[in-house]
Amino acid sequence: MGRYIIKRLLQGIPLLFFISLILFLLMLNVGDPVATMGGRRVTRRADYERLRRQLGLDQPVYLQYAYWLLGNDWTKIDLDGDGVAETTGTRRGVLRGDLGISLLNRKPVIEVIGERLPNTLILMVASELVIVIGALLVGVFSALRQYSIMDNLITAILFIGYSMPIFFVALISMFIFAVLFKRWGLPYLPTVGMFDPQAGKTTAQVLWHMVLPVLSISIISFAAYSRYIRSTMLEVMGQDYIRTAKSKGLPRSEVVFIHALKNASLPIVTVIGLDLPLLLGGAVVTERIFAWPGMGRLFLDHVDRVDMPVIMGILMLVSLAVVVFQILTDIVYAWLDPRIRYEK
Amino acid sequence: MANHILEVRDLSTRFHIAEGTVYAVNGISFHLDHGETIAVVGESGCGKSVTMLSILRLLPIPPAEIVRGQALFLGRDLFDLSEREMENLRGRDIAMVFQDPMTSLNPVLTIGRQIGETLRIHMGLEKEVIRERTIKLLEQVGIPDPIQRLNDYPHQFSGGQRQRAMIAMALACQPSILIADEPTTALDVTIQAQIVELVQRLREQMNMAVIWITHDFGVVAEIAERVLVMYAGYIVESAPVDKVYENPRHPYTMALLAALPRVDRRRSARLRSIPGAPPNLLVEPTGCPFAVRCELVTERCRVEMPPLILHGPNHQAACWIDVSTGIPF
Ligand SMILES: Nc1ncnc2c1ncn2[C@@H]1O[C@H](COP(=O)(O)OP(=O)(O)O)[C@@H](O)[C@H]1O
Ligand SMILES: [Mg+2]
Repeated sequence: MGRYIIKRLLQGIPLLFFISLILFLLMLNVGDPVATMGGRRVTRRADYERLRRQLGLDQPVYLQYAYWLLGNDWTKIDLDGDGVAETTGTRRGVLRGDLGISLLNRKPVIEVIGERLPNTLILMVASELVIVIGALLVGVFSALRQYSIMDNLITAILFIGYSMPIFFVALISMFIFAVLFKRWGLPYLPTVGMFDPQAGKTTAQVLWHMVLPVLSISIISFAAYSRYIRSTMLEVMGQDYIRTAKSKGLPRSEVVFIHALKNASLPIVTVIGLDLPLLLGGAVVTERIFAWPGMGRLFLDHVDRVDMPVIMGILMLVSLAVVVFQILTDIVYAWLDPRIRYEK
Repeated sequence: MANHILEVRDLSTRFHIAEGTVYAVNGISFHLDHGETIAVVGESGCGKSVTMLSILRLLPIPPAEIVRGQALFLGRDLFDLSEREMENLRGRDIAMVFQDPMTSLNPVLTIGRQIGETLRIHMGLEKEVIRERTIKLLEQVGIPDPIQRLNDYPHQFSGGQRQRAMIAMALACQPSILIADEPTTALDVTIQAQIVELVQRLREQMNMAVIWITHDFGVVAEIAERVLVMYAGYIVESAPVDKVYENPRHPYTMALLAALPRVDRRRSARLRSIPGAPPNLLVEPTGCPFAVRCELVTERCRVEMPPLILHGPNHQAACWIDVSTGIPF
C-alpha cells in the first residue's frame, strides 16, 4: 500500500505539470492585466510598454512559463521597464514554493490565498458534513421505505431542491430567515460577512453567520447525494448476501448499517472523492451573495483584474487537491473493499 | 402430530408485479418430523425457494404477499410472530443455506465475522469464545487452516469452500431445522458429492431435521426419507423415498424420473427431457397445471385441480388418473 501511494503521487507530478501548462496558456487569453492595471483609468501608451516590461509580459510565453515555474533569480530582468534587463530577478518559482506576487496588491500570492483559505475551508467542511450526514440519513431512510408516502414526499422535495439554482436558494433563504423572520420578531439570521464587527470574530458569531451560506451550498448536493444513496442502498438491499444476513437472524439495524451500508458506501466514496477537492475553489456564487471572504470571492475579484499569479495559484491548489483526493479515495476504497488491493 | 417440528398448512404466496400477479405458491401443506430429512423436488421456477422464504418470512413484502396459510414451528404459527421474535428464531432454530455461494456471502466482511455474527446474536458469547467456536466450525465443515482463513474474505475462498462456510454459518447455533436450497447446484459435480456428504454427516451429529431442495432427482435417494414433488406452486406428489422410485403416482414425478441419466440405460438412448415448459405463473391456475404437458390428460384435468389422493401410508398424489392403468379413478 505504501509503495502504491508513492507511485500514485509520482504519477501525479507529470499530470500537475501538464495542467499547469494548459492553465498558463489559457490564462494568456483571459485579458490584459496592464490594460487598466487595477485602476479605473486606462493605462497610457507610454506607461503600458513600461509596465509590460516590468512585469515580464513582453517576454516570449515559454520564458514567462519558465519564470513562473522555476523562478527568475538566475537571470536578469528589466525592473525599471526601460528595455534593458539589468536587475537580477527575485522570483523563486512554483517548484520552490514561490507562487509569485499579486499584480493587484503586490502581496505574495501565498499570503493572499492563505488569508482566504481557512474561511473557505470552514464553510466547505461544514457543508460537506451537512451534505454527507444528511444525505446518508435521508437516502437510507427512503431506501428502506421505498414508495411509501414519506419516500414519495422526500423524492418530491429533493427534486425541487435539486432543480433550484444556487443563487435562488441563497436569495430565498435570505428573504425567509433574515427578512421575514425579522419582520415576524423571530430570531433572524445574518446575511453578510463572517461576523458582526461590533461583536468581533468569535466562534459563535462565525457559526451563526455560516448557517445561510452552508444551507445554500449544501442543498443541491444534498439532494443529489440523497437520491444516489437511496438508489445504491436499494440495489444492495436486494442482494443475496442481505437475504443471508437476515436469514441468520441479525437485527434489521445491523443488516442495514453494517451489511448493506458498507457495500453501498463504495460508490458513494467515489463521488465524494471527486466533489471534495472542488470545494477548495470555494462556492463562487454563495460567497459572493453572502459576502463571505473565501476563495470563491477571491477568485472572482482577481479574475476581474486578470491577476494571473493569484488565479494560477488558486487553480493549481485545486488541481493539487484533485490529485491528492483521488489517491485518498483509492485508499479508502481499498480499506472498504477487500477485493481491491493495490499491488506493485 | 406431536412429532412434527414444522407443519405448513395451506400456504399461498403471490407476487404483485407490474405484469400482474405471480401465483408462486398455491395452497401447499406438508410437515417435517424431528430429525427427518425431506427432499423437495421440481423444475426450477416451481416455487420451492419461495415456499421456504415464505416460511422464514424473508420475502420482501411487497411485492410478495402471503395470502393465507400457517407455518407451525413446534406448534407456534411463524406468521403470528413479531419481527423481533422472528429474528430470534432465524439462524438459531431454523437456518438456511442458499443456492449460490458466490453471491450469498457479504463480499466486504471476513468469513470469520460472518460466521461469528450468528453466535454473537443468538448466544451472546464473548469475543474469544466466538473465535474458538468459529475455528472449530470451519474445521468441522472441512476447511483447512481455519485459523488463517478466519480473516479471509469470501473472494479468497473457492466456490466449494464458500458453500462450506455457508454451512458452518447456518449450523453455528445448532438449529433444529436446516433448509438447504439447492446448495450444490452452483458447484462442480465432484464438489457436489462432498457437500451432500458433509450435510449428511453433520445432520447425524446434530440430529437436525433437513429440508433439501433440489431440481435433481439424482441425489434424493441418498439423502431423504421423504420426497415432495412440486410443480407450479403445488405439491403434486408426496411419498416415502422408496415409493417414489418404485411406484410414482403422478405423471410429473414419472417424467422427472424418466429424465434421470441412469447407468443401466444404453448410452445411445437419449435422455428424455420433459417436453414443454412449466406454466406461466402469471395466469391464475385453473385445473391441473401439468395438464398441458401430460400424456394422460383428460377433459377433467383441464378444468378441475385434483386433490391429493392417498395411495398408501404417507403417499399422496394429485392426479385424476391411475397412472399404472392410465384410467381415471
Ligand atoms: N421477487 C419476486 N418477484 C416476482 N416473482 C418472483 C419473485 N421471486 C420468485 N418469483 C417467481 O416465483 C416463482 C417461483 O420461484 P422459485 O420459488 O424461486 O422457484 P424454484 O422452484 O426454482 O426455487 C417463479 O415463477 C419466479 O419467477
Ligand atoms: Mg430456487
